Amino acid sequence: MSVTTAAEIRTFVEGTTNYFEVSARQPASVGSPYLVTEGAPGVHEYTGIIGVSGARKGMVYFTAPRAMLTVLLMRMNETDTSDENIKDLVGEVANTISGNARKDFGKEFVISTPTVVAHDPKLVSPPPHVRPFVIPINWRTHSAKLVVCLE
Amino acid sequence: MSKSNGANGAGGERILRLMIVDDSNIIRRRIERSQQHARLQVVGSAANGREAVELFQKTNPDVVTMDLTMPEMDGIQCVERLVTMKPEILILVVSALADKATAVEAIEKGANGFLCKPFSDRQLNDALAELLKET
Repeated sequence: MSVTTAAEIRTFVEGTTNYFEVSARQPASVGSPYLVTEGAPGVHEYTGIIGVSGARKGMVYFTAPRAMLTVLLMRMNETDTSDENIKDLVGEVANTISGNARKDFGKEFVISTPTVVAHDPKLVSPPPHVRPFVIPINWRTHSAKLVVCLE
Repeated sequence: MSKSNGANGAGGERILRLMIVDDSNIIRRRIERSQQHARLQVVGSAANGREAVELFQKTNPDVVTMDLTMPEMDGIQCVERLVTMKPEILILVVSALADKATAVEAIEKGANGFLCKPFSDRQLNDALAELLKET
């Protein structure tokens, strides 16, 4: 059962918009967050997963297509757009947004280092007993998602 | 990489050796690319606290940028180790962990500044400039 509140979702929305404004110097638009009531949210080609423990348990993940991550790297003046750097970036986005959430959640919101899943969406599996919140992200012509699954 | 001490920059000020510690390669490269302080010379980078301690022993840096959430040895533990080895070292923590308690803990362990990710080039350079006022 998900007990994530609207205020908590707002924390992640703000973290997402701030990430793109600062890192890419180009704001993203964030769609209305929604609760997934059946099944798991779909994922893109690359997913950065952060495990959450401490006062809250679960996971937060950022999932995006390669084209979006490539342009994001280029906006950061990174010329190496290899698969390794794309995976590094998707993990870093997830880590940054999750870490920023501690501004509101506090130090007891303990986050792991990122785990990255690439090219195999089946390996991304939210905890079955938690209903995930999806925050849709649109940036330039690309779509991505931040998924918040917290007990 | 250089281990030399006492080199001077164009203004006659001593060049300071900078070590970058972050588990993200793109963040390490970004800091190296973006830092524009004339007194700083990058002497190496490390992907976790354990690597940072090893690199510290080889390069004897004066200034460190330090991530906190890293595998093997986290940034807080690493700050403690580096300060023990070189009390005058200047450490700028660069982390996504945005709660005040973490920033306070890092400072109490011996860090000299805290920059929250994500950061702009200007924020990075301002934070480094602030840090170097202590030299």
